[in-house]
Amino acid sequence: MLLEYLAIAVLIVLATVVALIAIGLGGLFGPKKKTVNKSMPYESGMMPIGPGTRRMPVRYYLIGVLFILFDIEVVFFLPWAIVFRQLGWFGLIEMVVFVAILLVGYVYAWKKGALEWE
Amino acid sequence: MPPINFNDIEVLLPLIILVIWACLLLLVDLFIPKKHKWLTALLAAFGLALTLGFTLSQLGSESNGFCATGKPSICMVVLDGFSVLVNALLLLTGLLGVALAYGYLKRMGIERGEYYTLMLFSISGMMLMAQASDLIIVFLALELLSLPLYVLSAFARSNSDSQEAGLKYFLLGAFSSGFILYGIALVYGATGSTSLSQIFEIASVGTSSLLLTIGAALILVGLGFKVAAVPFHMWTPDVYQGAPTPVTAFMTAGAKIAGFAALLRVFGSAFPNLSEDITPILWALSAATMIVGNLLAIAQTNIKRMLAYSSIAHTGYILMAFVPYGNPEVAPVSIAAGLFYLFAYTITNFGAWGVVIALEQKESKGLQISDYAGLRRKYPVLAGAMTVFMFSLIGFPPTLGMVGKFYLFRAVLSGGYTGLAIIGVVTSLVSAFYYLRVVVNMYMFAGEPKTDNEFWLRFTIAGAALVTVVFSLVPQGLFAWASRAVLKLF
Repeated sequence: MLLEYLAIAVLIVLATVVALIAIGLGGLFGPKKKTVNKSMPYESGMMPIGPGTRRMPVRYYLIGVLFILFDIEVVFFLPWAIVFRQLGWFGLIEMVVFVAILLVGYVYAWKKGALEWE
Repeated sequence: MPPINFNDIEVLLPLIILVIWACLLLLVDLFIPKKHKWLTALLAAFGLALTLGFTLSQLGSESNGFCATGKPSICMVVLDGFSVLVNALLLLTGLLGVALAYGYLKRMGIERGEYYTLMLFSISGMMLMAQASDLIIVFLALELLSLPLYVLSAFARSNSDSQEAGLKYFLLGAFSSGFILYGIALVYGATGSTSLSQIFEIASVGTSSLLLTIGAALILVGLGFKVAAVPFHMWTPDVYQGAPTPVTAFMTAGAKIAGFAALLRVFGSAFPNLSEDITPILWALSAATMIVGNLLAIAQTNIKRMLAYSSIAHTGYILMAFVPYGNPEVAPVSIAAGLFYLFAYTITNFGAWGVVIALEQKESKGLQISDYAGLRRKYPVLAGAMTVFMFSLIGFPPTLGMVGKFYLFRAVLSGGYTGLAIIGVVTSLVSAFYYLRVVVNMYMFAGEPKTDNEFWLRFTIAGAALVTVVFSLVPQGLFAWASRAVLKLF
């Protein structure tokens, strides 16, 4: 049964080898002339501004965490909505519990001022 | 439509109450002004006491919850004498934790209501751990108990030691969770089930499979990390030293009880057939933990670090009780001995950490063992209590530690592991050196220790000292309770 996958294995090996040959030949025979412009970090063809590791406001992180929280809530809503009729009251109660727990976190974040962009 | 089964809710009733209480406390705390945070502490303690009441009302009842439809033997959670006992012990740990924390947080200027909420969440994870009868629930409970502990370790945000402790604990804890998850995956691969009773059934008919043994060993590694057994103990001294002291006290007791409960439940009910392979591993873990913990404690000059190594050493003693877990004749007695020792350790440990908290000053001052010099002259009662705790940790009569060690060694000897018992006795003798150094400092050297007058802290220390002495004189009732609780598991 495993033999059926032999063709895929051959393809993986072949693709890897071809790619390595292409890169290797280029590195061996291609001319290397370094200039200041060439060794600059690539930024869509523009002149790079400022240092490479820039400081970010920590608020991005906070918003990111909060976003993930409620994004996942919606991800859970979707399959529930699809089988809503089959699950009936049981599903509804489970969902209310789930949302209530998330709501506690939401109120907490709100009251602590995590949602204010100042 | 799946039916709503009220029996399921009854099985988890104390846990559900605690979680609801914790959620409400989080909200209520938002409206409590900074000056009145004592109200949050009081509400947290009240919630714990309420849950303790509901837990004790379950005493004697036995049932399963959240079972597969039509298959009453495959269940997610279980309620039995063991879980009630462990849950009661965990809630007691929580109450002691609140009592130790209140004054400390105020004194150190890190008083925030989230402390109590996080603690309640962590305890609910620990309680779920004691009731889990499915590997997935074990994992869920492990995460629920660990995540709040990571945050609590870093609770003193302005203190870089505390930050370091939180990050270290988080990274290594996540790593150990990976081990457990991988172990669960292998066990599932070998048996096709994550339910403990199913794993036991499938493993007892077939020939022993290597996959199952490796899976069980990986789960042992992960849980060994949680209870700080050597060689998975590297995080312990740094985290216990860096974390705020009440958090450390809570971790040393709570996380240990929960870890051992899971170890007992998983290995006792799912893997007794693997005992031929697992017992030598447990033997080696226990011996190494006792030796390394006690030897490294000698070199410490910081009391938090010393007690951290002492907590590692005590993990080794408790692990001794698990070595004969596959022998149906010895196992009930030895596990009852293990539970008794956990109780003894919890009480003694909270007392000792309480004294450490009493003497700790801002900016991690007052934590050297030499800072205890002259304690007898200024605070004779505090010094007396500390002496009791140190004696109990060594295993000197008349203290709970001595009775616990007696039961432990007796169980291990009746299992036929004389070598392990000898290692235990010798390392206990070694431990006398560093515990008595604290006593010598308090009684023989001159110094000017400082403490603040905090009622609940003093109350906890005095209560712990009293229980340590009084219960050591009448331990039979307690031991009988522990043995009754365990027998139902097998």
